[in-house]
Amino acid sequence: MASLYDTWRDAVADQRPVVLATVIEGPGTGAKILVGEGVEAMGTLGDPDLDRVVVRDALGELESGRTSVRHYGPHGEAREQAVAVFVESFAPPPQMLVFGAVDFTGALVKVAKVLGYRVTVCDAREVFATERRFPDADEVVVDWPHRLLDRVGERLGPRDAVCVLTHDHKFDVPAILAALTTDVGYLGAMGSRRTCAERLDRLEAEGADMAAVDARLHAPIGLDLGARTPEETAVAIVAEIIATRTGRPSSSLRTTTGPIH
Amino acid sequence: MKELIPDIERWRADGRRIVVARVVDIEGSGPRLPGAAMAVADDGEVAGSVSGGCVEGAVVSEALEVHDSGEARLVTFGYSDDEAFAVGLTCGGTVHLFLEPLDW
Repeated sequence: MASLYDTWRDAVADQRPVVLATVIEGPGTGAKILVGEGVEAMGTLGDPDLDRVVVRDALGELESGRTSVRHYGPHGEAREQAVAVFVESFAPPPQMLVFGAVDFTGALVKVAKVLGYRVTVCDAREVFATERRFPDADEVVVDWPHRLLDRVGERLGPRDAVCVLTHDHKFDVPAILAALTTDVGYLGAMGSRRTCAERLDRLEAEGADMAAVDARLHAPIGLDLGARTPEETAVAIVAEIIATRTGRPSSSLRTTTGPIH
Repeated sequence: MKELIPDIERWRADGRRIVVARVVDIEGSGPRLPGAAMAVADDGEVAGSVSGGCVEGAVVSEALEVHDSGEARLVTFGYSDDEAFAVGLTCGGTVHLFLEPLDW
């Protein structure tokens, strides 16, 4: 029979979301439970009531990708401290969809891979959207961006990102409209100030919810780092993704005080 | 811990015993988030990182003691006014680590 470690390893290797709960303080230190979405709980912390409560809490933590220490009574009682349980989520990597097979795309794919994203490049023009041009991408899709979003948009969540780099209204506008119907955490679109202003007019003409556009669309895409090259621009984009997630104002550390991370 | 899988598999294939140290909690400015992990084989070979460098040596010593005793333990490194902790973190935070034999 497979050990708990073997089951954990196989799930992580297959990118199935699982959570490992380990007693780190209290009776049964080292005892473990492994559970995942659609995966039956394996192992025990030594008490059936404690197991039940921890499995419930661990699945909740897994859903938001959190890793933390939780405290319980010996039978899973809340607001007690007898048992400390380390709950470690192993969620699949976040997704980044990059629309537009342009110069900037290759650099963005590379930087996104450094940050651990699973990256899909999508462009309707098959001579540009090739695996040869984007060897670092996990997937290259020849299709209209909004049609890809219709297929996969349901799976996008707060950890994921959509970067629209085509700066062609024909592709951008339907892509942004489709992205706004998803729960994607970061949505950015490339273009000059003028292109971005025109795009807003077109989005409005297409009936976009302009309050949602204002709240969610990062355009021109990226932080104001003075980036010029594709590589620098890629860094400015992922820097904005990080700042959006953390809610930081993204000033230089030398001009701010307080914790650095 | 998942980034340690290739090394752990190699050590297991060689029949070596393994201790895993995981960051479970940090207070203040911790260099690595909870979940960061290091594995230490019974011959002292190391994979992974838990602190960005400051306390790695001390973690390896603790791991070798866990190899000897077979007992999982919770250890804390960090700065404190009463100097209760043996090893400091230059970044000023406190890090709690759980070390255990990989026998599960």
